[in-house]
Amino acid sequence: MNNKDIILKIESLSKLYGVNKSAAFNMLGKGMGKNQVAKESGVTVAVNNISFEVERGKIFVLIGLSGSGKSTVIRCLNLLQPPTSGDILFEGKSILGFNKKELLDFRRRKISMVFQNFGLMAHRNVLDNVAYGLEIRGANRAERQSRAMEMIKLVGLEGWEGKNISQLSGGMRQRVGIARALANDPDVLLMDEPFSALDPLVRRDMQFELLSIQKKLNKTVVFITHDINEAFKLGNTVAIMKDGEIIQIDTPEGMTSNPANDYVENFINSADKAQIYSVKHIMQTPSCLIHSRDGANYALKQMRDQGVSSAYVVDDNLEFVGILTLDNAVKVKAGKTAFLDAITRNTPTTTEDVLISDLLPVAAAAQFPIAVTDADHHLTGIVTKASVLSSLV
Amino acid sequence: MPEWLIEFPSAIQLNIKDAIDNFVHYLVVNWEPFFDGVTKVLRSFLSQIGYVVEIIPWWLLIVLVFLLTWKVGRKLSRALLYSALLFSIGAMGLWSLMNTTLTIVIASVIISILIGFPLGILVSSSNRSNVIMRPILDTMQTMPSFVYLIPAVMLLGLGNVPAVIATTIYAIPPMIRLTSHGIRQVDNEVVEAARAFGSTRWQSLIKVQIPQALPTIMAGVNQTIMMAISMVVTCSMIGATGLGQEVLISINRLETGRGFSAGISIVIIAIIIDRLTQGIVKKGEETNEQ
Repeated sequence: MNNKDIILKIESLSKLYGVNKSAAFNMLGKGMGKNQVAKESGVTVAVNNISFEVERGKIFVLIGLSGSGKSTVIRCLNLLQPPTSGDILFEGKSILGFNKKELLDFRRRKISMVFQNFGLMAHRNVLDNVAYGLEIRGANRAERQSRAMEMIKLVGLEGWEGKNISQLSGGMRQRVGIARALANDPDVLLMDEPFSALDPLVRRDMQFELLSIQKKLNKTVVFITHDINEAFKLGNTVAIMKDGEIIQIDTPEGMTSNPANDYVENFINSADKAQIYSVKHIMQTPSCLIHSRDGANYALKQMRDQGVSSAYVVDDNLEFVGILTLDNAVKVKAGKTAFLDAITRNTPTTTEDVLISDLLPVAAAAQFPIAVTDADHHLTGIVTKASVLSSLV
Repeated sequence: MPEWLIEFPSAIQLNIKDAIDNFVHYLVVNWEPFFDGVTKVLRSFLSQIGYVVEIIPWWLLIVLVFLLTWKVGRKLSRALLYSALLFSIGAMGLWSLMNTTLTIVIASVIISILIGFPLGILVSSSNRSNVIMRPILDTMQTMPSFVYLIPAVMLLGLGNVPAVIATTIYAIPPMIRLTSHGIRQVDNEVVEAARAFGSTRWQSLIKVQIPQALPTIMAGVNQTIMMAISMVVTCSMIGATGLGQEVLISINRLETGRGFSAGISIVIIAIIIDRLTQGIVKKGEETNEQ
């Protein structure tokens, strides 16, 4: 076990955003949570003291929900984001000690990146996009064209090299992104949710293709995703992140048979997503929001414009009052009842941090989308039955 | 009620008139060789542009406008219309005056681009220069354009050279603003990609940011041209020749027809140049769309 070939070693890496970083470090040292630190010092902790090793020729997957800090971690690895503290060793050498020229050289030859929304240059055609890295490091025209063509063939885009990026589908664009990253012949490939913007069928193809390319070229890959199925399919090693910290690093088998805690277990058990996702992940802004002083005519117009049959009523302080249904609004207009009496009060509400599993009984009984309020009873969003159900699939 | 609450107290006096007068006077007295040099350089620049404008025969310019309109929009009717409008300027007997006006406008626009484009890049790349430049640009754009005429005359005399300077000051802000805006709005992931592949700042500027910002930068060029054309009549008050002078003369003599002929010619030039440059902007946006 000791003769592992470690290409990247990350040692107690932290990334904080804000002015008063040293105070924030002290608070973290005392074991305070991320939210509390943000409240007291105004510093956002994106990544908190994480360490891991990446083995040469393997795929290392970082998985976490949005806001868990995984994108920040991957941007520290090529110093697009300088870490606040900690160290990053590439082949045993700290990349934080690189001078300007060494850093450029590192990015040009050792490490390259694939982006979630592709990051392609629309003013260049496919070939010139793929050749970008070679152009930057000063390769001559003939060399970069032949090398770029090789990569274009590798990702199966032969015949498209002269096309504009705008003529390509999403899957094809990401193939260009991968070809561009491979053209430099880097040792490490950083992939920041590369397939998240693609539809599921294309995503499956691309995952398969990545595996076959990786087998062929034997590159080291650091891969970021929020999809546990993708993580287990691709990863030799998987690290789960939550709130800027790594909770568990293991092989997919090891993690499945021996999850570190309930969070990991719930994450893995993708049949039970209701245990991982909370209301804030699925809530939406209400499409029809009216003030209690607005009156029934305005409410009717809003409902008609938005094509919905109920409106959410808030008072002047944006505190949630109740729901006005289409039927009741019509009654008010006909003079049968007063506007304030027509509002259905005491409808079920929930808060952002409630788990979907706990919301299920409420959602099952609810007539309308459930209002989400904060501690001060302000309306922050709504949760529809459809979004509850689709979060479980 | 005391009087100072009703009328603004005359005891309070802020005299910036004298300060500005003294400053301009100081420049006139002590910097004369410098402004003479500037005048000389600009005069030869103007005469070279004038030479190029004059050398193009009238029919060639009309054919060029026809071909360009066709290339930009693929509409035969529009190409024919613009050619006919341009022809009508000649038919009104204003062709050579139009050439003079074009010379001043082109010179001002070239100087505006040469200064405004690098300044725009500078403003886009540093927040501090942005903070410094913004109030200056706001002032330049809201200052009544006549005000620029006075120092231009004092420092450079009468004629087309001070007209070019006044026009440049008036027309340069959109060039700076839109260059900066265009570069700032380039998709962050694309800029990140450029950096991730080891581009130096210069490389990512030249190879990624400027090409991606080009449609916006061209919109800046378009606005700069329009503003330069709108200064044509104003500048005739400090002795700029061409169509603007024609308008000024007809105001003095109350010759309505003569004034309108020149005015309509200016409008025609503005429309043709505006549509052509906008067409180019649109084409650029289409290829840049993802």
